[in-house]
Amino acid sequence: MIEDIELETLINDVYEYYGFDFGSYSRASLKRRVNRIFKLDGFTHFHDFLSKVRYDHDYYKRIVDEITVNVTEMFRDPAFYQVVRNEILPVLGTKPFIRIWHAGCSTGEEVYSMAILLKEAGLLHKSLLYATDVNEKVLETAKKGIFPLRMMKEYSENYRDSGGQEDFTEYYIANYGIAKFNDELAQRMVFSQHNLVSDNSFNEFDLILCRNVLIYFDNDLQKRVINLFDQSLSLLGFLALGTKETLKYSIGPGKYKQLDKEKIWRKIK
Amino acid sequence: MEENKVIADCKLVIIGGSAGSLHALMQILPELPQIYSFAIVLVLHRKNTDEETLEELIRLKSTVNVNVVEDKVPLLPGFIYVAPSNYHLLFEKNDTLSLDTSEKVNYSRPSIDVSFESASEVYKQQLVGILLSGSNADGTQGLNMIKSFGGTIVVQDPESAEMPFMPNNAIANCNPDYVLNNQGIIEFITSINNQE
Ligand SMILES: C[S@@+](CC[C@H](N)C(=O)[O-])C[C@H]1O[C@@H](n2cnc3c(N)ncnc32)[C@H](O)[C@@H]1O
Repeated sequence: MIEDIELETLINDVYEYYGFDFGSYSRASLKRRVNRIFKLDGFTHFHDFLSKVRYDHDYYKRIVDEITVNVTEMFRDPAFYQVVRNEILPVLGTKPFIRIWHAGCSTGEEVYSMAILLKEAGLLHKSLLYATDVNEKVLETAKKGIFPLRMMKEYSENYRDSGGQEDFTEYYIANYGIAKFNDELAQRMVFSQHNLVSDNSFNEFDLILCRNVLIYFDNDLQKRVINLFDQSLSLLGFLALGTKETLKYSIGPGKYKQLDKEKIWRKIK
Repeated sequence: MEENKVIADCKLVIIGGSAGSLHALMQILPELPQIYSFAIVLVLHRKNTDEETLEELIRLKSTVNVNVVEDKVPLLPGFIYVAPSNYHLLFEKNDTLSLDTSEKVNYSRPSIDVSFESASEVYKQQLVGILLSGSNADGTQGLNMIKSFGGTIVVQDPESAEMPFMPNNAIANCNPDYVLNNQGIIEFITSINNQE
């Protein structure tokens, strides 16, 4: 197991050699992830591990891919999508054009879920979904729109629980253990790498989703990221976080108003 | 109760359980006094996604106050926290809780091992881990880690557990400081509650 001081050394070196700053990531999870890859790759001495990270660029990339937690689902938390479907999309639908940002989109399941909702609301043609993540590998998967077929049963249940009434199997083509989602959905998506630690606002959006990403950041970084979203959100736009995340520690009262019980806030000032 | 270990200054009691543990908790929690000196965290495997129902149930049954778990909430003495379903629950050095959606461990999220291990590094000898009924091997590895950091480990007496597999697995692979039935667990928790 890695010592605390070794973890800090790794953080410093990764920053010094590659410019990636894990310094504001929550230590408890970061340490677990680093320990996991240390064991997985069969290291016994920390300095061997450290020099591999320092001098092998591909290995550094592997570290970033493995440290970031990419677990995701389609229609994760159906109750959340129900609110998006019934309360948010009708509001956004009155606009001539809809811009949505998925920050920390991972392999894209969330983005395809949103595209399905937009399509069913008749809004997809006038929407653009920007989907970003720091991890390049997951973005490659997301672009393809290919997910494991074995997940489809659960996803179609989630879809139904979120209020979906169509035949979910119509949205993909099943083939050798994979489900390839229709190109029509992907046509309105733009994927690119964006690092919430260091990159800036790049557009103005009507809806920003950043779910289950802030949990990996400490309070200071959470504040930075929320501020970045605030700069990127139009007045009366919506910000959606994960079910256990909150704006409470990051932004003063009065600027945002929370909807119902879900973790969705509207920018009112 | 056997007095084989003195617990000084306990900061945190984590109770882990799977199948059959809710029943045990519903006997234990209502009997606990007002807690002053430590927090209680429950890490339970549950099918449904509704921790609010469980929190409600505890509010009804227990005199110990419930604090809802959200990312980075402070861990305060005198409160019960319930690990939300579908997240692992981790402990930060600054006495806050973190959540993590990474892969299931022992087919479980939250995993008891994950919480035990994370807490053991932060709270060391000020940590008590209690493992209740269940039919899964989760918890055993975590108990060992608590022990290796000087904490105290308690296992529900398999005789009194609805599902003895989990406590039995722990007893076979760890060296618990106490093996207790529900009444014993109530007395144990009460005895480490520092009222000063
Ligand atoms: C658990 S996934 C969340 C996926 C999806 N939003 C969901 O809720 O199902 C967290 C994602 O955050 C990304 N991430 C971590 N650090 C990041 C950073 N600094 N900038 C952008 N994305 C980051 C990870 O690569 C990962 O894909």
